[in-house]
Amino acid sequence: MTTTSLEAVIVPRKRGGGRILKQLKGFGWMLVGLAVFLALWQFAASGEESVPTPLDAATTLGELWSDPFANSTNDKGIGLHLYISLQRVFLGFAAAAVVGITLGLLMGAIRPVWQAMNPIVQVLRPVSPLAWFPIWLYIIKDAGVSAVVVVFITALWPTLINTAAGAAAIPRDQRNVAKVFRFGPLAYLWHVLIPNALPLIITGLRLSMGIGWMVIIAAEMLSGNSGIGYFVWNSYNALELDKVVAAIVCIGVIGLALDAVLLRISRRVTLEEVRS
Amino acid sequence: MTIRITGIRKSFKQQDVLRGIDLTIQAGEFVSFIGHSGCGKSTLLNIVGGLTKPDSGSVLVNGQPVTAPGPDRAMVFQNYSLLPWLSLLANVRVAVREARPDWKRERVDEMTERYLTAVSLWEHRNKRPGQVSGGMAQRAAVARAFAVGPRTLLLDEPFGALDALTRSRLQQQLIELWGHESETETVLMVTHGLDEAILLADRIVVMSNPPYQSIRTIIGVPIPRPRHRTTIGHHPAYDEIQQQLVDLLIADHVEELAGAAA
Repeated sequence: MTTTSLEAVIVPRKRGGGRILKQLKGFGWMLVGLAVFLALWQFAASGEESVPTPLDAATTLGELWSDPFANSTNDKGIGLHLYISLQRVFLGFAAAAVVGITLGLLMGAIRPVWQAMNPIVQVLRPVSPLAWFPIWLYIIKDAGVSAVVVVFITALWPTLINTAAGAAAIPRDQRNVAKVFRFGPLAYLWHVLIPNALPLIITGLRLSMGIGWMVIIAAEMLSGNSGIGYFVWNSYNALELDKVVAAIVCIGVIGLALDAVLLRISRRVTLEEVRS
Repeated sequence: MTIRITGIRKSFKQQDVLRGIDLTIQAGEFVSFIGHSGCGKSTLLNIVGGLTKPDSGSVLVNGQPVTAPGPDRAMVFQNYSLLPWLSLLANVRVAVREARPDWKRERVDEMTERYLTAVSLWEHRNKRPGQVSGGMAQRAAVARAFAVGPRTLLLDEPFGALDALTRSRLQQQLIELWGHESETETVLMVTHGLDEAILLADRIVVMSNPPYQSIRTIIGVPIPRPRHRTTIGHHPAYDEIQQQLVDLLIADHVEELAGAAA
């Protein structure tokens, strides 16, 4: 390459090509990883008749998605089950977000509230959400609603704790400004508390969503007649493990998509903060 | 409004930072506080501002004891302390609205515009603090303090983080705002700059660490106003005051070093 102008020196042309090459390389390694994974799977499944091979799973996945929203009495499509589960997760998650953010802000901003609530939160947080399930089932008597409540309880803690931590860490100079200019509760909430806590609130919501999507499967497996967890359990009872594996793939992809959406929001929020 | 400080004591972790402060500041006075770090000058300012409670003693403003911050005593901090997500305009307007809930909207807007204009930030009003220089951010903080219409202004090393040129421009602006363009009568200013203290103050309170008393001495500045930084050095009193301050602060510092070595 001859450098005829200064520009050619400052902006080497090779760079664009290098980046594409790098991306190709990354993609190649991804394929290698996938191939090794599938080979191991194939090897593990080949001994046992009823354990599906990757090909079995792929075929079943294709069949299941050929009519995902079938809705006859004893044959609901996998799409319908996923939709029902997603609905439950969103309901529980939304309730947890509202309650978690509200209580978290109160806990973070007001010391006595923190002192009153923190011990309870700390004891309840590590309890498996499924331990609650019998209570809700007994009280509510409806498996679907109970599953929503279980998601709510599960999703509550990450949002609550992160919001409280964010609201408790207000920079001293901002607290001083609020005191000197005698900010009322609304102005303090809107201009100091929420903007400071926002990045951690989003982090909490992201954790809540992930954990909610995990626990809904278990809740639906325990009791119920709809949802993707029920679908998995039902397939197991019918010894259709290929369907179980196909469902696992769907659950994974949807979980990834949910996380990606919240990650995008959190990146945007953090970027805004950095910019300001 | 007269500020009467009596018997103020304050200690942090067994450090007696303020060891009995008695000081009366008359309405219309500009008083500077100077001293090495740790001497409690910022603590004293925070006590007058109502942000910090003293261990004992009292501050009376026009006979009323200070128990909390109030719109009669606005503060400017060293690190600007603007809310980073609000524009300069919103920073000032929100503060005025909150500090003066009895003011009508027009009054709030008028004061906001008047003081943002006075510090020549009106055309930059929609920028956020992160998008402007430190000097501009501090001007916005000064505008915010003046805009709540305080009788007393408390400044905690307001220009300490700025470069010399910006600092001198802001000092001039501060004098003008205090002298002509506001209801603000009294200013208490913590500073590290000897020149700044002499240029701005009627009296300079020199504060010290132990073994001295908290207030080492108070030096009057009998240089007539208007003062200007380019000419103030020619006044016969200037050098004498400066020498006095240097002697006090250096003697203090040498003592400190000797104490640390022993």
